[in-house]
Amino acid sequence: MSTLTDPPKEQFRLSMLLYDTRYRSGTIQVIAMFGFMLLAAWLINNTLSNLAALGKPIDFGFFSEPAGYDINQRLLEYTSRDSHLRAALMGLLNTLVVAFLGCITATILGVIIGVLRLSSNWLVARLMAVYVELFRNVPVLLWIVFVMAILIETLPAPRAFRGENPEATMSLADSVAVTNRGVYIPEPLFSRSLGDAHLFGESSLRFDVSLDLMAILVVLGLSLFASIKIRQRADRIQEATGDRPATWHVRTAVVVVPMAILLAVLGFYLGYPELKGFNFKGGTHLRNSLIALWLALSLYTAAFIAEIVRAGIMAISKGQTEAAEALGLRSNKIMSLVVLPQALRVIIPPLISNYLNLTKNSSLAIAVGYMDITGTLGGITMNQTGRELECVLLLMLVYLAISLTISGIMNWYNEAVKLKER
Amino acid sequence: MSDIGFVRTEMLPEQDPPASEVGIIGWARHNLFSSWFNSILTIASFTAVYFVLAAIVPWILSPTWDGTSLSNCRETLAAAGHGDAHGACWGVIKERWVQLIFGFYPSHLYWRPVAAFVLLGAALAPVLFSDRVPSKMLIFSALYPFIFPWLLWGGTIWMPIAALAGFVIGGLVYKFAAEALSTLLGVILGVAAALVWWMLLAAPVSGALDSILPIGIEAVESRKFGGFMLSVTIGVVAIACSLPIGIVLALGRQSDLLIVKYICVGFIEFIRGVPLITLLFVASTLLNIFMPPGTNFDIILRVLIMVTLFASAYMAEVIRGGLAALPRGQYEGADSLGLNYWQAQRLIIMPQALKISIPGIVSTFIGVFKDTTLVSIIGLLDPLGLSNAIRADANWNGIVWELYGFIALLFFVFCFSMSRYSMYLERKLQTGHR
Amino acid sequence: MAGYQEEVNMKKSVLLGAMAFAGLAAGAASAGTLDDVKARGKLNCGVTVGLVGFAAPNANGEWEGFDVAVCRAVAAAVLGDSTAVEFVPTTGKTRFTALASGEIDMLARNTTWTFSRDVDLKFEFTGVNYYDGQGFMVPKDLGVSSAKELDGATVCIQTGTTTELNLADFFRSNNISYEPVPIETNAEAQQQYLAGACDVYTTDASGLAATRATFDDPGAHVLLPEIISKEPLGPLVRHGDNEWGDVVRWTLNALVSAEELGITSANLSEMSAGTENPEINRLLGSEGTLGEMLGLDATWAQKAIASQGNYGEIFAKNIGEDTPVGLARGLNAQWTEGGLLYAPPFR
Repeated sequence: MSTLTDPPKEQFRLSMLLYDTRYRSGTIQVIAMFGFMLLAAWLINNTLSNLAALGKPIDFGFFSEPAGYDINQRLLEYTSRDSHLRAALMGLLNTLVVAFLGCITATILGVIIGVLRLSSNWLVARLMAVYVELFRNVPVLLWIVFVMAILIETLPAPRAFRGENPEATMSLADSVAVTNRGVYIPEPLFSRSLGDAHLFGESSLRFDVSLDLMAILVVLGLSLFASIKIRQRADRIQEATGDRPATWHVRTAVVVVPMAILLAVLGFYLGYPELKGFNFKGGTHLRNSLIALWLALSLYTAAFIAEIVRAGIMAISKGQTEAAEALGLRSNKIMSLVVLPQALRVIIPPLISNYLNLTKNSSLAIAVGYMDITGTLGGITMNQTGRELECVLLLMLVYLAISLTISGIMNWYNEAVKLKER
Repeated sequence: MSDIGFVRTEMLPEQDPPASEVGIIGWARHNLFSSWFNSILTIASFTAVYFVLAAIVPWILSPTWDGTSLSNCRETLAAAGHGDAHGACWGVIKERWVQLIFGFYPSHLYWRPVAAFVLLGAALAPVLFSDRVPSKMLIFSALYPFIFPWLLWGGTIWMPIAALAGFVIGGLVYKFAAEALSTLLGVILGVAAALVWWMLLAAPVSGALDSILPIGIEAVESRKFGGFMLSVTIGVVAIACSLPIGIVLALGRQSDLLIVKYICVGFIEFIRGVPLITLLFVASTLLNIFMPPGTNFDIILRVLIMVTLFASAYMAEVIRGGLAALPRGQYEGADSLGLNYWQAQRLIIMPQALKISIPGIVSTFIGVFKDTTLVSIIGLLDPLGLSNAIRADANWNGIVWELYGFIALLFFVFCFSMSRYSMYLERKLQTGHR
Repeated sequence: MAGYQEEVNMKKSVLLGAMAFAGLAAGAASAGTLDDVKARGKLNCGVTVGLVGFAAPNANGEWEGFDVAVCRAVAAAVLGDSTAVEFVPTTGKTRFTALASGEIDMLARNTTWTFSRDVDLKFEFTGVNYYDGQGFMVPKDLGVSSAKELDGATVCIQTGTTTELNLADFFRSNNISYEPVPIETNAEAQQQYLAGACDVYTTDASGLAATRATFDDPGAHVLLPEIISKEPLGPLVRHGDNEWGDVVRWTLNALVSAEELGITSANLSEMSAGTENPEINRLLGSEGTLGEMLGLDATWAQKAIASQGNYGEIFAKNIGEDTPVGLARGLNAQWTEGGLLYAPPFR
């Protein structure tokens, strides 16, 4: 006969913190936490005592003082009397502009080059390989200064446009001037403008929004929405009856006519650049520094994106292409309907990290004098105020926020296109 | 009915393929002009290549190797009939290439960086070409991290030995403590012992040994480092130091211990989320503020620390990729053998994961190496920084392309050969896995 | 093999740091910079990354220039060896932190003496080695004769200095518009200016003259008459270390006085034996105990002058009219010759 006994009651002993796997992980975590806090406290303590010794306690008050310097490319109104905070805001907008433009161009270039690298044309495939290796294996900073130097040295100066027999002339029916100070293109103007909406009053973050632009965006959005509705209706009819009503003329009209009416109401015209005094006046001025940075970052990142695209396409099994051929699709249709949509799933995650890299590399703007946030907040503001800790910390936080936003958006998109496996 | 006029009874002799299908013409038809679109592409490419070469080649072929200043070059070019002084001024490269490569390193000691980097190849050989080099060479690889700084910075030989002794002491303490107490305590005590040795005892002990038996080579301050050598040094040190940190971070990120995991994730995402230039700003302006008052160490060391932190975040992600690529069965197999966590990592997981990660590590290295040019922005004289200093010489004021071209060439040769090697390795490793 | 021993101590902390950077508390707290420099046997001197005539490394990696000469003179005065200097290249951004953190002992990097740098950033300017001012350079064929005619011009600025603030103030107060092009280094600014990417180049007048001197055709460019700021450039040290500040200040004064008193590197050995002029004797140490008061030996000024010559010789050798830079003495002549150089008496 055997009697059932309760398992021996465990007494908690101190040594179990070390030997018992149930408690050990807790012990390790407490130690890790403790060590981490100790390190952080040590760093903060050092920082505070050092700053006290230097007589510069942490103080963000300087942000409201006048910056005192001018910024050439400003998307909002700014003068040298505005505060350091507003100067930093201008820099942030400039960073976002160049990152946005760079990502778009790099993607387009990268896809083209990646596809051409797989071309059956021997010469083109080799050239693209040379391009990719050349750009991937030379530092991006070198490319940036290189592109800037090329722009400066090869394009004509504005004074070459002057005189009876100018050495250089404007292109595209005198509407675009390509100079080594940048490119001047016509700008849209409105004779019966709705004016601007002033947001945030007089604060450093004040923000003017053009009501004309708003009106255009609203109308465009509405017409696109209507156009989509018409297409969906056509789809439904096609599914029900098998006949697809021709809708392209209606859809074009829905988009074009309201826009044309709106533009006419607003009195739309183009302002052309004109050589006056030292520089071209009027038109939109795309500065050299912006173009150099934009171009260099795009070309550099495009080389990486091309490799990603190539790898993505090669990852799609040959059977997919063959099946598509068997269905009678032409080679461009095979690419756009069968291979690329599948390759996209392989391509997107590394593409995200390349967008992030491009954004972070835009901080090298300092090398060409493009006033991004590193040039304003981390450059002149830091120099003038001597507040290194505050400026660098804020600079890092801004970049961190941008990075996290981009990766958040792209991860969300990645989730959306992910292969839904059953 | 059998009114067949002609039945061939013997085979026809084989004919040559049509001329348009073989040889250069055939090749061109197939590879260059297979369709109208391809033909356009080919012609456009040929034109582009022609224009680029026509612009660059005459410029490169310029008889100015002996030029002593920019104006001297211009005279030479004008005399040689290069129109519009269009030609490179190679004199600047002839005069400054040594400086662009070695910076301000004392010229009679150039053998030391050269030896350090040649030995680097020897130390990496057993890792990179494991099938061809005897594995006993690994002992040298393990010692190399101590030889490398000694060769570059010089000084007494007792310093690297004292540093090495820290690892030995830590290892011994771990061994005894692990046997006597527990593995966890062993790890903690071992690390603590090594830290105590390095921070408190190593300097006096090596000083004492040095006064008894002074063996050493001439010390070179890190301020003397510059040019391409500085880039390579930063790259190599950052990658070497970031490897162990990266492994720890990667393991931490995969760990079940929530606090450890979030500390690691926070660190990795923070470093990866900010540009390197901001970290270099930290190195140049803030790092001294974070240290105890009165601490002062030179800018190169501070840059090394920040670039190492930067590289370790990327390294952690590469190694995490390697860990994720291992089949689940490897982990389960290790568990079923009764190995504990560290044994499993050391004997089963890490050797395989690291092997898979080597291509990733090499490309991280290329990335970090290219990014070392950023140090010119905080005033270090890497090749790009030196190019500005050279252009501040009255003789070479106004030179642009020659310096940029030379620096680009240096980087290209270095990075390209490494990326080729990495691709070769990738192919080799792939066949091993399928 | 010799020579490594002195550096072993410092090297220790450096090497250790590479292996365990927490162990870096070894750096000595700076009790007195003068003692530190003497103990180290080297002077750490911050200079610019590269500016023609003021500081640039030559092909052998030796630094040369007007600012460099100040560092060498101080090293000669303190250590008796004008080559015992470590030159630390600094940018506009890193220079003040490098000095504040003790990475360098003094900064001789054409830095403008301003109120906020002196008072707020806590530095001590030890004198002025070059009186400068911000000017404008334009191509002659632009037909501009005054900066006030520059409405709408594109202006290249070397950033990281007081230049952009002066410029903004100038254009604002004259109510004219301009397009600033900020550029990091002088070499790049020069490139943009020559290619016509900007109409005007503005920086310190000495820098403009130095830059113009290296052009293919210097005659095709003019400096406009307006000098829109005062830029007294001088060496600086940390606040609160008066002994060290005195050493740097009086070394600079010794160079200036030497020129005034007619001491040159040629007649130095003769004069240091003793002359009729008691001030020369006090300066060169054959009379009085000035060196001792500074915490240096009696021949400190002799060594400083012997290393580089007096102020006038340094000026002539690096940036004077016979050099490619070709600057006239102008404001930087002795007070006896209508300039601003006025060294306090050695008494």
